[in-house]
Amino acid sequence: MLRQFLALLLSLSLFPAAPTKLNKDQRALHAASRLTFGPTPIDLASIQKLGVDKWIDQQLHPETIPENPALLERLKTFETLQLSNKDLIAKYPRKPAPGGDRVQTVYRELAEAKLLRAVHSTHQLEELMADFWYNHFNVFFDKGADRLLVTSYERDAIRPHVLGNFKDLLLATAKHPAMLFYLDNWTSVNTARLRGRKKAAGLNENYARELLELHTMGVDNGYTQADVTEVARCFTGWSIANLREDPQFQFRPLLHDNGAKTVLGQAILPGRGQDDGLQVIDMLVNHPATAKFISTKLAQRFVADAPPPALIAKMAATFTKTHGDIREVMRTMLKSPEFRATSAYNAKMKMPFEMVASALRATNATVTNSLAIQQELRAQGQPLYRKGEPTGYYPFAEEWTNSAALLSRMNFGLALTQNKVRGTRIDLAQTLNNKTKPIEIAQALLLHAPAPETLKAIESKSETNPAQIAGLILGSPEFQRK
Amino acid sequence: MTRRHLLLAPAWLARAAAQTPNGKKKTLVAIFQRGAMDGLNVLIPHGDKRYTALRPTLAIPRETALDLDGFFSLHPALKPLLPLWQSKQLAAIQATGSPDPTRSHFDAQDFMESGTPGRKATRDGWLNRAIPPTAKPSPVRALSMGGTLARSLRGPAPAVAVNTIAGFQVRDNAQSDFMSMYAQSPDAVLKGTGKDTFEAIRLLESINKNKPATSVTYPTSCLGQGLAQIATVIKAGAGLEYAFADTTGWDTHTGQPARLEQLLTDLAQSIAAFHKDLGALAGDVTIVTMSEFGRTAKENGTRGTDHGHANVMFSLGGALPGGKVHGTWPGLEQEQLYQQRDLAVTTDFRDVLATAIRHHNPATDLAKVFPDYRFRPIA
Repeated sequence: MLRQFLALLLSLSLFPAAPTKLNKDQRALHAASRLTFGPTPIDLASIQKLGVDKWIDQQLHPETIPENPALLERLKTFETLQLSNKDLIAKYPRKPAPGGDRVQTVYRELAEAKLLRAVHSTHQLEELMADFWYNHFNVFFDKGADRLLVTSYERDAIRPHVLGNFKDLLLATAKHPAMLFYLDNWTSVNTARLRGRKKAAGLNENYARELLELHTMGVDNGYTQADVTEVARCFTGWSIANLREDPQFQFRPLLHDNGAKTVLGQAILPGRGQDDGLQVIDMLVNHPATAKFISTKLAQRFVADAPPPALIAKMAATFTKTHGDIREVMRTMLKSPEFRATSAYNAKMKMPFEMVASALRATNATVTNSLAIQQELRAQGQPLYRKGEPTGYYPFAEEWTNSAALLSRMNFGLALTQNKVRGTRIDLAQTLNNKTKPIEIAQALLLHAPAPETLKAIESKSETNPAQIAGLILGSPEFQRK
Repeated sequence: MTRRHLLLAPAWLARAAAQTPNGKKKTLVAIFQRGAMDGLNVLIPHGDKRYTALRPTLAIPRETALDLDGFFSLHPALKPLLPLWQSKQLAAIQATGSPDPTRSHFDAQDFMESGTPGRKATRDGWLNRAIPPTAKPSPVRALSMGGTLARSLRGPAPAVAVNTIAGFQVRDNAQSDFMSMYAQSPDAVLKGTGKDTFEAIRLLESINKNKPATSVTYPTSCLGQGLAQIATVIKAGAGLEYAFADTTGWDTHTGQPARLEQLLTDLAQSIAAFHKDLGALAGDVTIVTMSEFGRTAKENGTRGTDHGHANVMFSLGGALPGGKVHGTWPGLEQEQLYQQRDLAVTTDFRDVLATAIRHHNPATDLAKVFPDYRFRPIA
């Protein structure tokens, strides 16, 4: 009895309930797994040279890292990426001349560039952030005019701000024709001033609702249906000039509802035109619900499907203190003990885009035409730029662990390692340094030891073709985690 | 299926068939119309004089609509379903919806699929909870058509997401290697998914090899192709009991007339083809349709409608007497509208789903499917 009591006492003092820490190698691999599109030996070497903290600081300042010159050369060949809305529309008319340029080229270049950046950029965290924020402020490529607006949307509204200030990002999306078109705000008008019809007959609440629910405060975080309607009134007149030829943001005073409004209990004075919307954006950026919601979404993507509330609180405090400095919120998250807890290690399921990009990185693949890869992403449930709903894709494991998607992952692994993905080539012998033992192949692709059960499955094979074994590893449970 | 057929059939088929006394299973098919269908232009209340006034440019003229009972008409694009209405197999339930007031697509779809309006913490879906435990379930007992498992079918009961039956295979003879790898994996989540996957692969492969030719032409849409494949599995007698398919694009804020017509044409042609394809088996198949909420009673300023409240659901296959509009009409007068703007809900969507579940399997524990909810029979 006394002995048991002493044992209990001993165990309590020796093993406190605090989260256990990762060892040095695990910490390096964890950072490389979470803050890149798939760890490579080069990332690991860089982390080991700089130390995890310095490497994270560097990734938080992508402008200090020279970009991969081969990637920049390749991106230069994608003409549509550099074109303005106006030039894209001129080049890709709705009814192209016979033999003329097809609008599909715009999608192909956009999606291929995103994939190539994810695989080859040295600014890995910046690329993850671009993916995160595009998804957060999702626009569906295939909604009519958006097919020619999304290129500029990502380039001009999203990418400049991915580690910048949240207010700049929010305002840039609010004013971009792609968003104004996608969530219909360009059609939302106060018709009372135009045709003498009943007030608010032309009001469209779609953008206002998603602005509150998805872009800033999060659903059920302190606003009402009345707030949605009032916010919609504030944004009447935020419109698009010359949609057919040269789409630009334009505030149209004649379409704006200039009456007094009340948003979240605060008065919006009458007659202030475009400032109504600006005031709403300011209120939303500084609202505690926004700090919490944005922090939660970041932590769900980078830390855990159900992130610890203590971590959210710290991140939200940074968000509030810095008035939405995304880089600082990220820094708070990445330097937290929660990010480095053993419970976080390999705990996230890769989303399909992450799985595919990480497989291409692990095998050092060369993609000359990404069409087959884009079809693969569709099969796994995550076609790029093609999430119809404004929610974007969810980063949760349950979203991606189903039979059809898992089967696609296994088949993709096998096809890739055997050079059966059209437009993509790998030199497996070179990547593996001519190693052929199953354990060596597994180590080279996972950068950690496989589970004994996985090892047993690949070692017990009668056939020992390295390509097939590599394919089995890419389709293994371990490779689906990060 | 006759005994002779069973003798000729592969072993799995005989096993699946042997699980029920009559050698076949009843199937419940749930169809989700994502984006919020404009129910008022689908089951049209021509008998309510406010209808045309609320929709000066969007109202469907009475003379082009398909009159049902003098008060309600169907949108003309639903003509392929009219024979099913006339033969009293198809029923409509008006003014259905959720007690939760949300007008967010995300929330409303989530609540409808979880079956717990207002409660976000629910992890599993209503259709999964409707699946009773059984000793030896068919690997394709529950199918979700598409790349991701529908929220409605998420949960502890095994359910499989399938894009296409023919493509549901591991390539390069690697199936057994992956099978042993996943079967032994310490990753509990992926181990479970892996098991479901490999069982389904073997069965679907067999179904695909043995499927009879069909003369029915389905639309090439997601819904059409999804239902075509559900029909193939049902006809194989492989033990499919719960199926989910969806159709997207119903969020008609602008340019509604053309888009709604296209969507309804697809819906009607897909369901009509499915029914024809099933032939005599159609009597064992219950279909129920749903959409997360209805749309504003009044049209908006952009030839569309905004997010509203109540909607119409359809039931095919005898869960409710067909050829009839069920439920109570709440009216379109300003004071009758929910929050003075949307059609009010008079029937909880859970009552419709529960009715369909009960018809499909009377032994289902409704308290488990819809916790904290008291079922009210449809008026």
